[in-house]
Amino acid sequence: MLFDYTTLQVIWWILIGVLLIGFALTNGMDMAVSALLFPVGKNSAERKVLISTIVPHWDGNQVWLITAGGAIFAAWPEVYAASFSGLYWAMLLVLFAIWLRPLAFDYRNHGETEIWKKRWDIALSVGSLIPMLIFGVAFGNLLQGLPFYADENMRWHYDGYFLSALLPLLNPFALLCGVISVLMLITHGCMWIMLRVDESISLRARKIAVISALLTVVLFVVAGLWSYNFNGYVLNSLAPSGAFNTITGKSVSVVEHGLFLHYVNYPVTVVVPALAGFGMLFAGIFAFKGNAVKGIIASSVGIAFTIITAGAALFPFILPSSKDVNSSLTIWDATSSHFTLQVMLYAVIVFVPLALAYTIWAYYRMWGKASVDTVKEDH
Amino acid sequence: MISQAMVELSRWQFAATSLYHFIFVPLTLGISWLIFIMELMYVRTGDVLYRDMTKFWGKLFGINFAIGVATGITLEFEFGTNWSNYSHYVGDIFGAPLAIEGLLAFFLESTFIGLFFTGWNRFSKKAHLAITFLTALGSNLSAMWILIANGWMQYPEFAVFSPEKMRMEMVDFFGLVFSPVAQVKFAHTVCAGYVTASMFVIGVSAFMLLKKRHIDFAKRSMTVALAFGFCAMAGSALTGDLSAVGVTNHQPAKLAAMEAEYETQEAPASWSVFAIPNEEKMENTFAIKVPWLLGIIATHSLDKEVIGLRDIVAQNEERIKNGAIAHQLLTKLRQGNNDPSVYEAFKQHENDLGYGLLLVEHAADPLNPTEAEIKTAARNSVPSVWISYFSFRLMLGLLGVAGILVLGTAFFLWYKRDLENRTLFLKCLLWAIPVPFLACEFGWILAELGRQPWAIQGILPTFMATSSLSVVDVALSLICFIAIYTVFLIIEMYLMIKAIKKGPLETSALESAFAGGK
Repeated sequence: MLFDYTTLQVIWWILIGVLLIGFALTNGMDMAVSALLFPVGKNSAERKVLISTIVPHWDGNQVWLITAGGAIFAAWPEVYAASFSGLYWAMLLVLFAIWLRPLAFDYRNHGETEIWKKRWDIALSVGSLIPMLIFGVAFGNLLQGLPFYADENMRWHYDGYFLSALLPLLNPFALLCGVISVLMLITHGCMWIMLRVDESISLRARKIAVISALLTVVLFVVAGLWSYNFNGYVLNSLAPSGAFNTITGKSVSVVEHGLFLHYVNYPVTVVVPALAGFGMLFAGIFAFKGNAVKGIIASSVGIAFTIITAGAALFPFILPSSKDVNSSLTIWDATSSHFTLQVMLYAVIVFVPLALAYTIWAYYRMWGKASVDTVKEDH
Repeated sequence: MISQAMVELSRWQFAATSLYHFIFVPLTLGISWLIFIMELMYVRTGDVLYRDMTKFWGKLFGINFAIGVATGITLEFEFGTNWSNYSHYVGDIFGAPLAIEGLLAFFLESTFIGLFFTGWNRFSKKAHLAITFLTALGSNLSAMWILIANGWMQYPEFAVFSPEKMRMEMVDFFGLVFSPVAQVKFAHTVCAGYVTASMFVIGVSAFMLLKKRHIDFAKRSMTVALAFGFCAMAGSALTGDLSAVGVTNHQPAKLAAMEAEYETQEAPASWSVFAIPNEEKMENTFAIKVPWLLGIIATHSLDKEVIGLRDIVAQNEERIKNGAIAHQLLTKLRQGNNDPSVYEAFKQHENDLGYGLLLVEHAADPLNPTEAEIKTAARNSVPSVWISYFSFRLMLGLLGVAGILVLGTAFFLWYKRDLENRTLFLKCLLWAIPVPFLACEFGWILAELGRQPWAIQGILPTFMATSSLSVVDVALSLICFIAIYTVFLIIEMYLMIKAIKKGPLETSALESAFAGGK
């Protein structure tokens, strides 16, 4: 085979990171624009302008989420099994929310009355805001560990059910991460509006971007200081070769105040959270100056490195377990077989550049400033 | 311990959400090609009536597609949320086609459908036609990859069991992709979708003819749909026949159940037109039989036997005994017994491990089952005859009636140029719209319930595939799904009917009026 197992496991950690970042930068952008419909669009006509810039792309953008889910299923089946079933109600809330989006995008045009359109615009906003928040909350909980464990038959279990499982997820630190997620995506969405919408409307987005970018930076630093005291997980050894309990047979220990151990041990890696913070800071500055192109590059950098900051802090863990540390999932034991990782890598090498190429082409062809007048002409 | 009620609720939830999703899928699969054909005619002839057709049917496609996208994501989520042991056990192989579906098919479909709706003024005629083509191709490719995944659940070759990881692992990717079961299933499913979409377009056109509105538009639409639907009907009959042979070869219990075959008959077996099965006694209370026919349908021969359920249960009993030993040995291995002889012994019994796992549901101690527990497990190792037998006949009957009688008659009358005056028949065409949708649903009921008690045929019992959730979790989520989905369906039907009543925006009529005025 082309790569050895270990290399492939690292490659897949990177690839799934790339898919999640792709999801945040594309689908996150159109979710943010949807969430901004009411603060930025003062009436139905203006909201239609905002929607018109994302209507050609939102569905393609959402495939980043679907593909990330599929890739986790294929490459990290144990993560898929443990996280989706453990976070049952959080996942269902995301699902119920994103159901509203395809319906709202299409169905708002099939009614004539203002109230009909307004209701669908509300549905679109709410359906977009909820996932933005929950994905951030999920990251916040990931950093603290989740109460899941594997039994001797490799079935995954999770402490609590319904509200007793759901409510502990809404702890203060996780909610802070949720707010950061919303604010950074809002900043990103504002940049898109500045790029694609006539100034009469986008000026409001510009003001929001300045505030949300700066708030993101402040809260990002607060979250960093707060979680500096969190426990970290250290992988002492994997299950011995030939062992039959490949996941629970490993040895993991908890280090107090060790969440950012990598950043302490390898100071050069501090560049990652620094890029996250400075990316958002510059996004705010460029928004203030009214430079949307530089602004969206800065917000993209900020978002990408915020995700990398969390992912790298956990490495090689993907899902740390607070219930049974040895059940924690790492990139070495949560993965698919060598053969499957190899096959799926070929699939990615062939299909991702193709998908990227026509996605970029689609954005390029639909480019242009939208205003109340241009949108009217289209129909 | 796994709770029976939680497993039942999880099954109801998956059944409800997947059958609901499949209300919208067949129409998408077919109408996307019909729209492409219409637009192709527009680009080739320049006749704007075809452009109006593309736009009007495209609008209905959009209403349908939105809800199809929303409800499709549900299914991907549910493998993880409600079937996490399934995801763990087979994710290594089942996840691959699912991920490729996203990478290859969804990206294509979703990127281009956005341009299809919003790009009329931005692209040349030919470029827009290409966009329509890629949208249709994308949705059909996604059907292909999901059916490769589903085909593997019916015919799980190309993977081996890993006792270390306690899961199945892929060994042959191209085997998986070109699995004969998967390919036939794909062809059968898309053909059924093409028939469904054609009958939808024909039915809606019949409605316009009945109302004496948009006459040219309706007749032209009907012509395209009739031609397409007629070919698709032939295709779905042919692939249905091939599917049946696949079932005979790979899932004998499903075949026996869908034909209510309790006893193994001498070849060639007779086919029951109608039977009243008695599941308790494992016999038919009543049956009308046609000699030879089942042998011919199921085996394409006169000399091969079709094995009956009683014999299958007897065979399974042996496999369950064997499987219990495999399960015992596996447990020893997993508890750290390094003795190579244990490993060797496990390898010898490994093929029946899945059958041993059936005992988890039926035995107090699955590793040391009693004779009676083995008998119960064996008796429950075949699907329900009632469900399989009647869902098969409903699928066949509905599609047969719909397709051959309605579509055939319509084709004949259309050929005689006499269709538009037959009011009663036009009404039939309108009322026949739901028929192929129902046939598709019964097809899935047969495919999935006919595989029970297995999630993966012969490998993973459905009972063991669920997540470790509580009854409260699944009951509440099932209620949420049903409530929200019902509201969505009402909105969708309302918009569909509204759009149909409003009818197409006929720019063609306007343009020809202007041309006449010059």
